[in-house]
Amino acid sequence: MLAIPEIGWSDLTPLLPFLILCVGGLVLVLIDALIRGRAGFPWAPVTALLPAAALVAYAARWGDAVGETVFGTMFIEDSFGSTVGVLICIATLLAVFLSGSYLDKVGRTRGEYYALIAFSASGLVLFASTTELLSLFLGLELLSIPVYVLSGYLRKNPLSLEAGMKYFLLGAFSSAVFLFGGALIYVTTGTTDLVEGLRLGAGSPLAQLGFLILLSGLLFKAATVPFHMWTPDVYQGAPTAVTAFMATAVKAAAFGALARVVAAGSPLWDNIPLTQVLWWVAVLTMTVGNLAALTQTNVKRMLAYSSIAHAGYLLIGLVVFSQTGDHDALSGMLYYLLAYTVMNIGAFGVVIYWANHEREHLEIPQYAGLGWRTPALGLAMSVFMISLAGIPPTAGFFGKYYIFRSAIEHGFHSLIIIAVLNSALSVYYYLRVMVALYMRKPVATLELGRSTVVGAVVAVCAVATFWIGFAPDAFSFVPGVPSIVEWVQGAAIAAR
Amino acid sequence: MNQATYLALIPLFPLLGSLIAGLATLMTSHRQSGPPKIIGWISSLAVAASFGVTALGFNALRNLDPAERYLEQSLFTWMDIGRLDLSVGFLLDPLSSTMLLFITGIGFLIHVYSIGYMSHDRGFSRFFAYLNLFMFAMILLVLGDNLIVLFVGWEGVGLCSYLLIGFWHEEAANAVAGMKAFVVNRIGDLGFLLGMFVIFWTLYQQGGSATFDYRLMESQAALIPAGAAALAGILLFVGATGKSAQIPLFVWLPDAMAGPTPVSALIHAATMVTSGVYMVARMNWLYEITPLPLTIIAIVAALTALVAATIGLTQFDIKKVLAYSTVSQLGYMFLACGVGAYAVGIFHVFTHAFFKALMFLGSGSVIHALHEEQDMRKMGGLFRKIPITAWTFLAGWLAICGIVPFAGFFSKDEILWKAWSSQNALLPWLPKALWFVAFLTAGITAIYMTRLVVLTFFGKSRVEPQKEAHIHESPATMTFPLVVLAIGSLLVGFWGTPEFLGLGPNRFHDWLDPVFHGQLYGEQDSAHSAATAPGDPHGISHGISHGSSHESSHGADHAHHDTTIEWILMGASLLMAAAGIGVGFLFYLKNPALPTNIAAGLGGLYRLVRDKYRVDELYDATVVRPLVGLSRSFLWKVIDVRIIDFIVNFVGMLAKGLSFAFRILQRGYVQTYAFVILLGLAFILFRAM
Repeated sequence: MLAIPEIGWSDLTPLLPFLILCVGGLVLVLIDALIRGRAGFPWAPVTALLPAAALVAYAARWGDAVGETVFGTMFIEDSFGSTVGVLICIATLLAVFLSGSYLDKVGRTRGEYYALIAFSASGLVLFASTTELLSLFLGLELLSIPVYVLSGYLRKNPLSLEAGMKYFLLGAFSSAVFLFGGALIYVTTGTTDLVEGLRLGAGSPLAQLGFLILLSGLLFKAATVPFHMWTPDVYQGAPTAVTAFMATAVKAAAFGALARVVAAGSPLWDNIPLTQVLWWVAVLTMTVGNLAALTQTNVKRMLAYSSIAHAGYLLIGLVVFSQTGDHDALSGMLYYLLAYTVMNIGAFGVVIYWANHEREHLEIPQYAGLGWRTPALGLAMSVFMISLAGIPPTAGFFGKYYIFRSAIEHGFHSLIIIAVLNSALSVYYYLRVMVALYMRKPVATLELGRSTVVGAVVAVCAVATFWIGFAPDAFSFVPGVPSIVEWVQGAAIAAR
Repeated sequence: MNQATYLALIPLFPLLGSLIAGLATLMTSHRQSGPPKIIGWISSLAVAASFGVTALGFNALRNLDPAERYLEQSLFTWMDIGRLDLSVGFLLDPLSSTMLLFITGIGFLIHVYSIGYMSHDRGFSRFFAYLNLFMFAMILLVLGDNLIVLFVGWEGVGLCSYLLIGFWHEEAANAVAGMKAFVVNRIGDLGFLLGMFVIFWTLYQQGGSATFDYRLMESQAALIPAGAAALAGILLFVGATGKSAQIPLFVWLPDAMAGPTPVSALIHAATMVTSGVYMVARMNWLYEITPLPLTIIAIVAALTALVAATIGLTQFDIKKVLAYSTVSQLGYMFLACGVGAYAVGIFHVFTHAFFKALMFLGSGSVIHALHEEQDMRKMGGLFRKIPITAWTFLAGWLAICGIVPFAGFFSKDEILWKAWSSQNALLPWLPKALWFVAFLTAGITAIYMTRLVVLTFFGKSRVEPQKEAHIHESPATMTFPLVVLAIGSLLVGFWGTPEFLGLGPNRFHDWLDPVFHGQLYGEQDSAHSAATAPGDPHGISHGISHGSSHESSHGADHAHHDTTIEWILMGASLLMAAAGIGVGFLFYLKNPALPTNIAAGLGGLYRLVRDKYRVDELYDATVVRPLVGLSRSFLWKVIDVRIIDFIVNFVGMLAKGLSFAFRILQRGYVQTYAFVILLGLAFILFRAM
């Protein structure tokens, strides 16, 4: 039974970040219609205002995010959701700046691109801030459909078209899986609120089945094995700026939603071996991701597999959480997501920086000697690769350290041994980029592009890669700004 | 109150300089013109800045009460595991400040010299990156407040020494020399490590606080039994024989002359090779527990001094002569430590740094003038052509021969006196024997150094004609350090004039004494004296009464003897030096046929000395070749290739194979992907339900 909740204006304030992104997207569509495709409109800076404003909204309501629900139970405002939201907005902000330069380079600057990014970001925010099946599905579709379109945005590029098509087909498939799981829960319990539903149906095999199927639908979005096969094709084919957006913002939201669903499923933890299932998925995800990345020569495809592998490390946080309910495991995951966002956006940024108007340079052997030709970019790329490989003193190392430590503390020794071995394996393909940059003689002189904005984004990411790991409390002298570690530790999923 | 937050600056400056020079090297490696010359000045300035901070700290120390004369700075905890609490901190006390003063001061001069010497070298900035890195490591070694920091510096200087010996690695011989230095040093380092562990383990076993901190260790000296102390002391000395080129590990130092000459001056004469002496002096409390290690040190040191000096008589490569002379002088320093006179040993380290750096730089200037000619048989008569080099070199020559009032006179004479006046509990006859060997060596030293000076600067020119025309004095960047060092060689000895000359008390000893009498850290003194009380080898420490106040110990030291003996011995050693110089002039200037005849008369003995006693060949036959043989036939071809490589390659191939398998699975068909999703879902449900 669906109770119609009472809705007032005050219910809208918790929704502010969502509304800013969503309404902002509509405004972008209007602007696009009004200027009728005339060139010269500063799309990227204007669009960047939206996640920036959302960030301000999050900051303004930081103390109020205490776990209250609005619109019945359709939207929950808690510190976990706000933290994930902030991650989404940071990733979106950086990706928008990358997009501006990227679209200029490929000559496809259109307003609709930015509107789609804004819509998708609003979906991401919603996705990570609800445990109500309908709004969860709404968020899922709102984030996915624009990304399908964006993946196929380069209409004249067959790879891009293929990526959009594949992502759409498989995404629809997994949405169906998700819906089926949700339907089973609703059928059993008569409510679309996941927390209440799973509390009621904890003992019912049908609800348990529904829960697992629902979870699998979400694991698809997080690009985990065995639901990962779309990832390399889509990441490779999609416009590079979109790939950066998918690899960071979408991933953050997917893990946010996953954590929420796992938390909502806590009544079931004793009835089904959830930890075991997640354990296997985590191990498979990191191992398959890393092994497959070993032999890739295309940098986007390599980063796609790398993103799968990192999803595996992130899942460790969920494995621990699903056994213990310890929020420390999730704070490690959030920290890692932040680290992952800056180093990944940075790496894609370098790829975009080097692209010229004719083509992108995506084959790793093409990077031979570039570390000497463009020392700053080469150095930045090396920093990102070192961080992705998890070598201190970078953010990537500390992210792994926090996640692994909480797992060790709860006795997941074999899992961490596998994870560390995987981590060692990954060094091979990350260092291969550096080997190309510094130790190979260039075969032919590449025509490199350049872009000040992308350079700035790369610089910010490179600095942040050190800063997050090395001095997480660097801005603590500003009143009210917590250290990054404290910030993620403060993020808790509100219990209801 | 003894905190000093600026100590970390001393190593920091050279580290930054090294980074700058290193980055410049990297950034300009693809450029034809090479790095800019300013790098040399930046590196020099970095060392000058270190010197400035050191001088500041030295001055601050002087203003402190002698019993509280130390400054410390703890930086961070490196690791904290079980009962091991390892922190990184710096300790500036009279000992380390004295060492640092000449390390940074002479280091600066040698940096400036290198700007001229290396100006035409393609590896200019790489050279300064290494040189500054060396300064950093050397400062760590001396300034650290525990053995671990010392060891980090110890390994750091070893690495830089290796890099700089093989600096011109395009020539295989240089690379081999670097490797030899590295390997020989590693053997010593193993001993050093074991020695450290023995101390740590003993403290741990005895229930003390297991530590590497100098002051904490010293305060617990009473806990260490004589056997462990002897073992640890000998093992640490094994480390010192490697780094400071003593028998049996001295063989690397002469070969190390393959490096650029400023390196020979800085690393292989003035600073790094003396770190073994510093370490023994630093660990003096350990050597006071039981007499055996010091006895061994004294014997080894005296033998080294004699053996190296005799080899020095027969060499013709100007740098090789200086290298053997360094080995011999290091023997003197250890001899002083071996008779318990640590302050005297350090004093000789101090004066030696000046005159030996001077002579190496001078020889560099000669080599520079003669376009890389190092054979003294092709020199001669250079005095008028390169006057600044020649005049300054004479100062170094007089200093090492021990002519009053040059620096070497005071330090060497005091070593002879301490050897004479010491007592040994194990071998009562030893002190006089040590004195005799050292006395004899002083004469030989005078002969071979006079030989070097005569062959190089006096007599007729034997320079190859095509080089003759191009002989030129070196640029100002090279002569300026020579002049400063020459003045130093003349003057620094006056810091430590012996008391009996009537010039007031020995200020150098007064300065260092607190370090060696356990008085620096007041409350720990009682523990120290308790440790040495039972069966105390008073003889070794030549009458130092532990626990007594500074003044009384000083008084006791000099009350025993009549100063006439000191006067007589001083006169004897002066005569010996003069005789040596006279013989040198007679042999190599007046009557060049004479040494040839003597050599012919000695026959096999001469050839044995000329071939450096064939020590290298001995090691080659007994150690190197069996080891290489075993490594080649078994460790390499069986263990490494068949087993280890197999495992590694197998794992690698497995990973790659799996990777290809996944690539094949990833065929690009959406149907396959959807099917895998369904399989995955089935797998999950199967596992869970």
